[in-house]
Amino acid sequence: MMSVRSLAGACLSAFAALGAFAVPASAQNYPTRTITMIVPFAAGGPTDVISRIVTAHMAQTLGQSIVIENVVGAGGTTATTRAARAANDGYTLVTGHMGTHAASVPLYPKLAYHPEKDFEPVALLAGTPILILARKDFPPKDLKEFVAYVRANADKVNAAHAGIGSVSHASCELLNSILDVKPVGVPFNGTGPAMNALVAGQVDYMCDQIVNAVPQINAGTIKAYAVATAERNPSLPNVPTTAEAGLPAFQAQAWNAIFAPKGTSPAIIATLNAAAIKALDDENVRKRLLELGSVIPAPTHRTPEALATLVKSEIAKWTPVLKPAS
Amino acid sequence: MELFANLAHGFAVALSPINLLMCLIGALVGTLVGVLPGIGTIATVAMLLPITFGLPPVGALIMLAGIYYGAQYGGSTTSILVNIPGEATSVVTALDGHQMARQGRAGPALAIAAIGSFFAGCVATVLIAVLGAPLTKLALAFGPAEYFSLMVLGLIFAVVLAKGSVLKAIAMIVFGLLLSMVGSDIETGASRMAFNIPELADGLGFATVAMGVFGFAEIIRNLDAGAGMSRDLVQQKITGLMPTRKDLMDSAPAIVRGTILGSILGILPGGGAVIASFAAYTLEKKIAKDPSRFGRGAIEGVASPESANNAAAQTSFIPLLTLGIPPNAVMALMVGAMTIHGIVPGPQVMVKQPDLVWGMIASMWIGNLMLIIINLPLVGIWVRLLRVPYRLMFPSIVIFCAIGIYSVNNAPVDVVLAGAFGLVGYWLIKHDFEPAPLLLGMVLGPLMEENLRRALLISRGDWSVFLSRPLSAVLLAIAAGLLVLAVLPTLRAKRDEVFVESEG
Repeated sequence: MMSVRSLAGACLSAFAALGAFAVPASAQNYPTRTITMIVPFAAGGPTDVISRIVTAHMAQTLGQSIVIENVVGAGGTTATTRAARAANDGYTLVTGHMGTHAASVPLYPKLAYHPEKDFEPVALLAGTPILILARKDFPPKDLKEFVAYVRANADKVNAAHAGIGSVSHASCELLNSILDVKPVGVPFNGTGPAMNALVAGQVDYMCDQIVNAVPQINAGTIKAYAVATAERNPSLPNVPTTAEAGLPAFQAQAWNAIFAPKGTSPAIIATLNAAAIKALDDENVRKRLLELGSVIPAPTHRTPEALATLVKSEIAKWTPVLKPAS
Repeated sequence: MELFANLAHGFAVALSPINLLMCLIGALVGTLVGVLPGIGTIATVAMLLPITFGLPPVGALIMLAGIYYGAQYGGSTTSILVNIPGEATSVVTALDGHQMARQGRAGPALAIAAIGSFFAGCVATVLIAVLGAPLTKLALAFGPAEYFSLMVLGLIFAVVLAKGSVLKAIAMIVFGLLLSMVGSDIETGASRMAFNIPELADGLGFATVAMGVFGFAEIIRNLDAGAGMSRDLVQQKITGLMPTRKDLMDSAPAIVRGTILGSILGILPGGGAVIASFAAYTLEKKIAKDPSRFGRGAIEGVASPESANNAAAQTSFIPLLTLGIPPNAVMALMVGAMTIHGIVPGPQVMVKQPDLVWGMIASMWIGNLMLIIINLPLVGIWVRLLRVPYRLMFPSIVIFCAIGIYSVNNAPVDVVLAGAFGLVGYWLIKHDFEPAPLLLGMVLGPLMEENLRRALLISRGDWSVFLSRPLSAVLLAIAAGLLVLAVLPTLRAKRDEVFVESEG
């Protein structure tokens, strides 16, 4: 419902597009003008916040400003389509995420782009752990009991999610396929209303990104069974990992990464990648990402090649899980 | 008492020079946004959000909140002057407000809207401070079944109040419901009635349809042969700018009732504020000694819904401040503003961020004071706008509407669609179909459908949940009662008097 993007950003990008005719892009002195970063979600959402934190630092390194343009719609695929069709001169980039560059493949049969064929990977920015959450009076006390309970009562439990194609929908489908259960999925319009229903006890459980859930868990309005990453998260030190709690197969993380349109020159990709890595090593950037509950990628995961591998493996991971749902 | 200590702390925060300035900027921008047809609050807050990232968090949120409730003040202006509601919440204001303007009473209509908004804003601010925490329970008590029943009640309002042919009113509501179904199916994600147009994948926007059937259609009709003359006549007979003593006496109880209804319904996440303005109008019409005045320039028909929508705009902060859960799209953007400053709102935000919460609450009262000081003198300027020859005014309205519609999604298709809806709207007016029920159907449609499906998913298809849950059953009972009233032939005469469009 909320379909907005920055008018200022639009003016600037239109201006930048005009500039493209005047000054031929050259990889040698890149960048010579403002770079547009398309963010496929609303201003203020997790992807937007991560993009802004990282690009603010990258702009200093590159010596040119980076304008964020929020283009929302159709689970982020509207914006990603636009990015795929943009000029591959390094002046239009997109912050992709798990949904736009992996889950969209099985979810949208008529997708106007392919995450691998239409994009050059630039750099992975951050991972956001997924939690298994439940209403505070849901009977199971820990993950083992939860697994047993959901399996025994598969026809009675309700799982909330934030809408088809959302991270919470995809990760819940993954969890359900691992548990081999088919609970009733109750769709909401975004994380806010879904969380409201969980706090109010109208639904039983959901999977969601850590950032929205931490304050509710700390206040005791909902409970968390496990975090679906290899390590515990510093913002929730008492919540075990899925491996510790007995469900090692459930590993899921939302991630954000920069992509450029296919055919962007390798020199430009290298420049952008170096700037992104520099941002991820900056103490202030790290601090702010960690405050959001994000996981900062290890050095070996920050190369364009590593991102290409991640996209490939994520598409392979989500396709069988989400295919029957659509 | 702790409350006074908190409020004193809040005022100390809100009265710092920087926060006062932020509050003033928010109020001014909000007024402007409300006044410009087509430029909505969500689009504005989203546009300004990145600018606030450089500001201190409390100041940023005070400013964004100011834009939100400031727009509710300004939103009535275009409804009254040119019959174009900028927001769903000011659709009903256009009914009597624009009639008042046609009778040369635009001044009193605008003034009473501002006064009602001020009163409602003050009361709702106190309510947030005193009862915010306990009222949170209401937001949590409303599950999918209750929402569905509330939406049924909302649609019944439209049927009961429609003038003339019931059949035409129902047709318009159903048309609105159908338009609301364009887009993606919430449960399966399948595309519905989108005709493979990517811009329709997320449905038709409210601004697109409202600007079309109200804005553009109104302009086409005004440019009709003959209509221009009557408009020139309207311009000649502008009387007083300020409400008379009788106006104030008539409006006072309506403002109080609107404030109460708005405060309660505003707490509900989702369509609370829209329902509030329609419910307030319905109530005034139902209890009026002479219901035939409604739709013909009754000042209560402006005072009550304007108070209700402003009260609702303020109390809609309650779920955000007490639960940390954003109840609507604008609040979701405010959560984003907090997140970027490293504040993740949650149930403990009141304890952990007293500066932010109490500063914001105090700033709301200050903002309301600023808004009435800004808005009352502006009444004279707005009324003078009516004297601008229509041949100069209509192109500017068209341009502002087009900019507004475009700015929502930056999609040219939306502007074309609004043009098409303008033609549809003109046809509808010419055939005595009313656009207000259509818009209500369109706004309430998605909420109704989604909650119906959620409720049935949770109950495993058992329809009795709508009756077994007490709140839901009460709402449905009220809806059924209203419907019975509507079909009783003796009451038909009454119903004929309401929802009169500007034909008069």
